[in-house]
Amino acid sequence: MAEFTSLRAAIDDLVPNGSVVAMEGFTHLIPVAAGHEVIRQSKRDLTLVRMTPDVIYDQIIGAGCASKLVFSWGGNPGVGSLHRLRDAVENGYPSPLQIEEHSHAGMATRYAAGAAGLPFGILRGYVGTDLMDHTTVAMIRSPFDGEEVSAVRALNPDVAVIHAQQADRRGNVGLWGITGVQREAALAAGTVVVTVEEIVDELDLRGPNCAVLPSWTVDAIAEVPRGSHPSYSMGYSERDNSFYTRWDAISRDRDTFARWIDAYVTGPDDFSAYLAAVDDGSVTSLVDE
Amino acid sequence: MSDAAYTSDEIMSIVAARQLENGQVCFVGIGLPSEAANLARLSHAPDVVLIYESGTIGTRPDVLPLSIGDGELAEQADLVVSVPEVFSYWLQAGRVDVGFLSAAQIDRFGNLNSTVIGPYDRPRVRLPGAGGAPEIASSAGEVIVMLRQSPRTFVESVDFVSSVGFGRNGEGRAGHRGGGPTVVITDLGVLRPDPETHQLELVAVHPGIDVDAVVAATGWDLRVAADLGAVDRPTEEELTILRALKERTSLAHKTVL
Repeated sequence: MAEFTSLRAAIDDLVPNGSVVAMEGFTHLIPVAAGHEVIRQSKRDLTLVRMTPDVIYDQIIGAGCASKLVFSWGGNPGVGSLHRLRDAVENGYPSPLQIEEHSHAGMATRYAAGAAGLPFGILRGYVGTDLMDHTTVAMIRSPFDGEEVSAVRALNPDVAVIHAQQADRRGNVGLWGITGVQREAALAAGTVVVTVEEIVDELDLRGPNCAVLPSWTVDAIAEVPRGSHPSYSMGYSERDNSFYTRWDAISRDRDTFARWIDAYVTGPDDFSAYLAAVDDGSVTSLVDE
Repeated sequence: MSDAAYTSDEIMSIVAARQLENGQVCFVGIGLPSEAANLARLSHAPDVVLIYESGTIGTRPDVLPLSIGDGELAEQADLVVSVPEVFSYWLQAGRVDVGFLSAAQIDRFGNLNSTVIGPYDRPRVRLPGAGGAPEIASSAGEVIVMLRQSPRTFVESVDFVSSVGFGRNGEGRAGHRGGGPTVVITDLGVLRPDPETHQLELVAVHPGIDVDAVVAATGWDLRVAADLGAVDRPTEEELTILRALKERTSLAHKTVL
């Protein structure tokens, strides 16, 4: 059953150094507050898993918490590169980062196989690409008609971390809108940590594509309003597009990035200082000068 | 209107929009492809079905999304599905007629690189990676490529095949259910693969563009079609719809900031 706890306690207890952590959210519902807590607690040697390493993984990688990244598209959506990710891959800064990359369809298939308790998943994909030589994928034949398809290894992270709109008081988690690969990631993982916008008496499942993770599939729930900023939570908040644009300049320079992490993540006690800086407009002021 | 009455981005979007037929199912990415597909929907192809890889199906955004997962896409969609579902039940199953792709590099056989510049293990530039592109390239009925043309982007040999066109040696499409690239739209003109050799050939140039300039902007010995055509100049109507869409987009995104 899910336990209600603080985000600090959840990350402290459930995300050990060296673990394989999937923080999912496809543009929408990205668990940014949880990512900041990982940085605040100076986690080390994590294997980060995520289809779309976004600003959140740029921050975690730049802060030196990760030794490996498993992914399928690593960019700043609509803006360009993730500079901390690139610095790690191209220059080994602040520490070398091993990568294992797939296509989106491959990652989605891997999570679905993990959720289903299978050793591998199959898809039509990768054929003819150079990814075949650089990642774990193998061709297999259908036992029924001999058709050749690609097999990818199941993905079973130690911990899945997601952000959702709501949890009810029994710990059932409700999310809607673009739900990406979160259900699969949660059901594939050994431990599930969820931050939510709001704890409610009854889940309000009126949006498109509603999904529920029943309480008994979740380990820890922490209420963190606006915990997905600069991503968004449909029905609660809007995407902060200007943050994504301005992240480019903050992350481009190692020192500016370090000062930013200091000022808004590791310096403060929790996520509320970051949100206060978002509200008064100072959160991207390091590059205003 | 004078010759400079439109930008190169505008003519790319307009020419790409013209490729879409009403009712086609289209898998769309962010940027010019999204602009082109929505222009088609708002002009000659009102029933075009737009699918974004975030799982938003049949979406009719009033303004262009800045990210693949903008709330607008979910709010205006016929249905929203998970990412595993959009790639398996919808793309892989063959329900997509047209996929749009871009890349950092393309070769003469329409193979695309969006992974690295330089060697994979020691990249000069680490690009974002393949994302949804490999399976769009493999499974969509046909692929429309949009890419600005220069010797840096149109290269003799791509540094990494992220998405397959007709293979490194132009061998064809064995192992893929989709038809591969049918057209490449650049800021200079339009290329199509030769049905026999699978080599991209310049079939039309944009108004005011010189063939020699297109050849010079290509990193391989570009073949020019014997019956080289001229792309029709953007119409007032096309430009008006496109600009109104972009104006709405810029206003909407400002109010969110």
